[in-house]
Amino acid sequence: MTPEPLWKTREPAASYDAVVVGAGGHGLATAYYLARDHGITNVAVLERGWLAGGNMARNTQIVRSNYLWDASAGLYEHALRLWEGLENELDRELEFSQRGVLNLAHTTHDVRESVRRVNANRLNGIDAEWLDPEEVKKLVPIINISPELRYPVMGATYQPRAGIADHDQVAWGYAAAADRLGVHLIEGCEVTGFQRSGDRITGVHTSRGPIAAGRVALCAAGHTSVLLDTLGLRLPLQSHPLQALVTQLVEPVIDTVVMSNTVHVYVSQVAKGELVMGAGIDAYNGYGRRGSFRTIEREMEAALALYPVFAHSHLLRSWGGIVDVSPDASPIIGRTPFEGLYVNCGWGTGGYKATPGAGHVLADTVANDRPHPLAEPYALERFTSGALIDEHGAAAVAH
Amino acid sequence: MTGFRSVPVPAGSEATVSFNGRELAARAGEPLAATLLANGVRTVASGVYTDRPRGIVGLGTEEPCGYVRVDSPPIESMAQATRVETHDGLCARSLNGYARLPEGEEAPRGDRVWAHCDVLVVGAGPAGIAAATAAARAGARVILACDAPQPGGGLAGEWDAAEGTAAREWQEPRIAALRDEPELRLLTRTTVTGLYDHGEVVALERRPHAAASGGAVHRLWHIRAGRTVLATGSCERPIVFEGNDRPGVMLAGAAVGYARRHGVLAGQRAVVFGCHDEALWAAVALHEAGATIVAVADARPAPGPAPVAALYERGIGVLTASGVTRTTGGSGGVLSAATVAPIDSDGNATGEGRSFPCDLLAVSGGHDPATALAAHSGGRKRWSPEHAAFLPDQTPPGVRLAGAAAGTRNPAAARDQGERVGHAAAVEALAHESATDGAEVADDGAAAPVVGSGHTPPMALWTVADARTDERRAFVDLHRDATLADIRDAIGAGMTSIEHIKRYTTIGTGPDQGRTSGVPATGIVAGLLDRTMDEVGGTGSRPPWVPIPLTAVAGRELGELFDPARRTPMHDWHVAQGAVFEDVGQWKRPRYFPREGEDMRAALQRECRAARESVGALDASTLGKIMVEGRDAGTFLDRIYANNFSTLRPGRCRYGVMCTADGMVLDDGVAVRLSDTQYMCTTTSGNADTVRAWLEEWAQTEWPELCVHITDVTDHWATISVVGPRSRDVMARLAPREDLSAEGFAFMTYRDTTVLGVPARILRVSFTGELTFEVNVPAWYGRAIWEAVMAAGHPYGITPYGTEGMHLLRAEKGFIVVGHETDGTVTPVDVGLGWAVSKRKDFVGKRSLWRPDTAREDRQQLVGLMPEDGDHVVAEGAQLVAERPGSVPVSMQGHVTSSYLSPALGRSFALGLLSQGRERHGDRVYAVHLDEAVPVTVTDPVFYDKEGSRRDG
Amino acid sequence: MLLIPCPWCGPRDEAEFRYGGQARVAYPEDPWALDDTAWAEYLFVRDNPEGWFAERWFHTAGCRRWCDVMRDTATNRVAGSAPTGASLTEVTK
Repeated sequence: MTPEPLWKTREPAASYDAVVVGAGGHGLATAYYLARDHGITNVAVLERGWLAGGNMARNTQIVRSNYLWDASAGLYEHALRLWEGLENELDRELEFSQRGVLNLAHTTHDVRESVRRVNANRLNGIDAEWLDPEEVKKLVPIINISPELRYPVMGATYQPRAGIADHDQVAWGYAAAADRLGVHLIEGCEVTGFQRSGDRITGVHTSRGPIAAGRVALCAAGHTSVLLDTLGLRLPLQSHPLQALVTQLVEPVIDTVVMSNTVHVYVSQVAKGELVMGAGIDAYNGYGRRGSFRTIEREMEAALALYPVFAHSHLLRSWGGIVDVSPDASPIIGRTPFEGLYVNCGWGTGGYKATPGAGHVLADTVANDRPHPLAEPYALERFTSGALIDEHGAAAVAH
Repeated sequence: MTGFRSVPVPAGSEATVSFNGRELAARAGEPLAATLLANGVRTVASGVYTDRPRGIVGLGTEEPCGYVRVDSPPIESMAQATRVETHDGLCARSLNGYARLPEGEEAPRGDRVWAHCDVLVVGAGPAGIAAATAAARAGARVILACDAPQPGGGLAGEWDAAEGTAAREWQEPRIAALRDEPELRLLTRTTVTGLYDHGEVVALERRPHAAASGGAVHRLWHIRAGRTVLATGSCERPIVFEGNDRPGVMLAGAAVGYARRHGVLAGQRAVVFGCHDEALWAAVALHEAGATIVAVADARPAPGPAPVAALYERGIGVLTASGVTRTTGGSGGVLSAATVAPIDSDGNATGEGRSFPCDLLAVSGGHDPATALAAHSGGRKRWSPEHAAFLPDQTPPGVRLAGAAAGTRNPAAARDQGERVGHAAAVEALAHESATDGAEVADDGAAAPVVGSGHTPPMALWTVADARTDERRAFVDLHRDATLADIRDAIGAGMTSIEHIKRYTTIGTGPDQGRTSGVPATGIVAGLLDRTMDEVGGTGSRPPWVPIPLTAVAGRELGELFDPARRTPMHDWHVAQGAVFEDVGQWKRPRYFPREGEDMRAALQRECRAARESVGALDASTLGKIMVEGRDAGTFLDRIYANNFSTLRPGRCRYGVMCTADGMVLDDGVAVRLSDTQYMCTTTSGNADTVRAWLEEWAQTEWPELCVHITDVTDHWATISVVGPRSRDVMARLAPREDLSAEGFAFMTYRDTTVLGVPARILRVSFTGELTFEVNVPAWYGRAIWEAVMAAGHPYGITPYGTEGMHLLRAEKGFIVVGHETDGTVTPVDVGLGWAVSKRKDFVGKRSLWRPDTAREDRQQLVGLMPEDGDHVVAEGAQLVAERPGSVPVSMQGHVTSSYLSPALGRSFALGLLSQGRERHGDRVYAVHLDEAVPVTVTDPVFYDKEGSRRDG
Repeated sequence: MLLIPCPWCGPRDEAEFRYGGQARVAYPEDPWALDDTAWAEYLFVRDNPEGWFAERWFHTAGCRRWCDVMRDTATNRVAGSAPTGASLTEVTK
């Protein structure tokens, strides 16, 4: 039996009420919520490549909300609550698995900052626990908690409701749901610039001709700067390679997600059986979707110390995405100096887990031409005032 | 018994291997796949997601089905049977999809190797051998890497006898000559796994023989190549039809390869099916090797006359415009017959089929140039209808292709091309100093396809089907069990991008990276969507080319070598005293020195009491020490520190704090002015590298006009803080001639002198509030002087203390520790260092303190916190809230940064950051940790000796 | 692993360096002459082109000197390097 098409192939129309640039998770979710919550269905999502083929296809699928600062907790927890209803909402199996996420602490400094974050989470209504090494071992039997480790496991924060979700299914779920509501999803249509009338954005130029738009929401991740350059608008963003890898299919060895910021490796085992691992970004600016093999070696050195049994598995594929990183490792969401143009960028390594929340908040911001309350702290103005939302300074891993 | 050896195992090469517990006779060194075939083991594994039996399909890295695990050393959780070399005692088992990671088993170790060369040649077939030889003779340093145990393996067999003989005759002496080239390094069993930027190439060398001696079983080569020649050959592709996954269905070239290279016939009664001349030659070769050829089917209406004639001479006819529509399974699902039917150019049956009993079905749908490595660093490919293959189109800088990898299938043409390309690569590499200039590859025709002369063009054929074909049993990706029906489903779901279809079907995601499924999938999709091959394209190729054991990726940089620990000269003494250590940056520092039966709390009370009441000693060697020297050193430090240093008089010390450009505390510490032009700045232990780089950055990139030199001297010195009211007595015993009086050696001054004849720099600074002599001696003397201090202090009960005691003692005085009270979001003003922020001069970060958010009155500020229950030590990291929390969310106003039980105060106390804290002394707030909320009183952060009366003893 | 051409040491592995982002962003002559927006621009906003980029590298494990490198951020091709402050080959698209 042949299934129904998830989304239809469409030719771009001459004009839309709203155009979303970039059919990644955030773009698709934004379009979906514009249509569902705000009745704005004359919407196109323009994608230069294939739908959800950028960072959405390249992340390590981790979903969590245990961030330190109130602004982050608010936004990511909003996303997590949406995640929790998303399979019903989109009527699609997303392999959303709330298997818990542990963030390891390896030094006394880590312990202090981790406890601080656990307490902040709990007061923000986010599930968070502090685990000692023995408790970590119970959840992750393969982990090495020997005090002899170069950077021993001194404990971990634990968010039971966190977990993973299959990124392709999430993208396809949003795409199908948006398509059903009348949103046009247009692949192979690269936005090359903006049409404007004074300081008002009136549409976009694309590889398939001009498209007029009442409002334009930019969800272009690593390519945000390139697009905004055409308007002479410079945002505090730097694009970096971020690598990830998978092993071959292995019998179940780990049924939760474990992250370590100090030694830079995070790991989970997806339903299919592959171990999925990631690390930090490559330090230099890059749009090449590839990083240095040294980064992967470093990551495996850390991984094998923590999980000796991984030594027997194999690196099957590695790849890179392009992440746009802001100075405080927090996103930029909201209006721009150009009327009718909205940005959603700077998510760095945290974009995937925010997918439903980012889309929901951005759609509301676009529809009402004012920041959603959860987006208010994320406006560009924070860089001028100095009110940063500095998650890396606070040692809450931003992955 | 189906398979057999057409060439007996030579005497001396006999080996016995165990497979699934069954003992098999092998020829030592042959691939396990050959052993299995020779012993009639047809079913090697089952599907990943189905329980369908699977056998050997290929000859090398393309093998999609024959995965095993190796239990004898060196153990492997997953390996292709085609690439496991047999030896006596080899023990292997079927791997049915999921690898089991053996817990508790030590993984074989790997080494990393680094090498540089002018020209790297990947692959040692005719093109590779020619390229390497030509490059070496042009004067280049060459590395020739090949996956196989010996060079030359790639060429044999797939060609007719005449060409094959000629190729071997050309090749044999040249392989021997490779070893004579002085600047040519031959790496066998070495698979290039990835091409990275600027000529970096990673390659995995297998050294199974090293297991016995405990040597490295893997070597991960990091080669920096000036130019790279990819002579990686091609990969044969199958044709999709119902039941194409049965054990016994093989790639034709693989069947020939086992016969020619290993003297093993994969079956006795063979059906051969293809759509190009090489498949027909394979039938010739199999017949030559002793197989009975039951039927030969060629999808083309007019196959090449030469192989047809050669087969005719052997009494073998060719069924033209015909194809295999399905197979029949016998016992255990193993191939027992193939149905051949007339087909049209799309592979659809046009008439009734006929079943041919057989135990081998050799299939070949054509050859795909192995260009994945080029794709790793940006190469592209395009479809060539005359080759019925994707050929390399655009190659990345510094990379060339030759031979079958470039679409050149004729061995003679391939070696000509290899020679030309190898020479050109050498000339180019030698003409450039480095590969980083990224010069474009000169177009010397290297990538131009060469079709073998006298050959009839191949036909592109992806599937064969008739009306009854069950597409759920027609496998596209044999490893992932993905079928024709799955592709149809994906397209039905609206997928049009090959990337989506790959993700929907999982085609190409296995450890074989879809070598045998990628192009057929593109072809099938192109047909279903009515698009061209180029429009559909292929999925991106991602490194590594072959799976790399993680043990090889990590190499030896495990344990201590993961990140070498820094230790002070007194480290061994601390170890001997039973110190408990903690990691501070890269340093190992004693945290406390427990005595028999003491826990941390007890040890801490004892250590701190000693420092306050008598004398304690701290190994402070890890404190960063950075020399800032030069005419403009004072001016420079004025611009870096928030406070002034040019006004500091030589001989004196001053506490300073520095900020990041956005005004947040970066580091703090005491700086000493040694002379008009010399300062020694101390930093937080974990921060020395950061601060040093920070100073260098500003000095070099912003103010090059300043004459200033920056040197990190941290580990030149061992530093011993002698702390407490009796410290002067201790020092008097060590330096009896020194005037150590409060007047003679004033607070915040230093003195260069000797201690027990050792040059020493003594600072009168204090991080505890107590009288302190900070003794710096050249690191070499550290242990001796430390022991001397201990001996001198013995009468006073001198007590070594660690970081925990240091933190407690300074917290009693309200001194901050960067990383405790600061987290990158805290300004000097926030932590009560507003006095250090110069009003008169500018410094890095000052402007940032006057932004709306940093100038806010209600920022979180450093406060003291007194738990109302003096026995209760609140948790560091507890959040501060105004009211006992009810329902969430609760507004947080700050957090506890440091918290201790104070022996001096006889109660617990803490430091914290609290909104508008400086205005709230006396208020009650709650410190919330997990489920407990502890009432605490906000106080001034200085708890002990507010008057500073103790610093002079 | 990129190969960074240190003007003093020659081409060396990227692992020996620390990255410094966009080159030639001078500390403002007079920070106090800048309003908060202009100051924020100095603090946080840097070019982020897809293509040629003049950037800074610090040879931490070598000569410990800063240099400027002209690199294409899309292809990683390097056109040249120079000591900080010296003129660097400009590459135009």
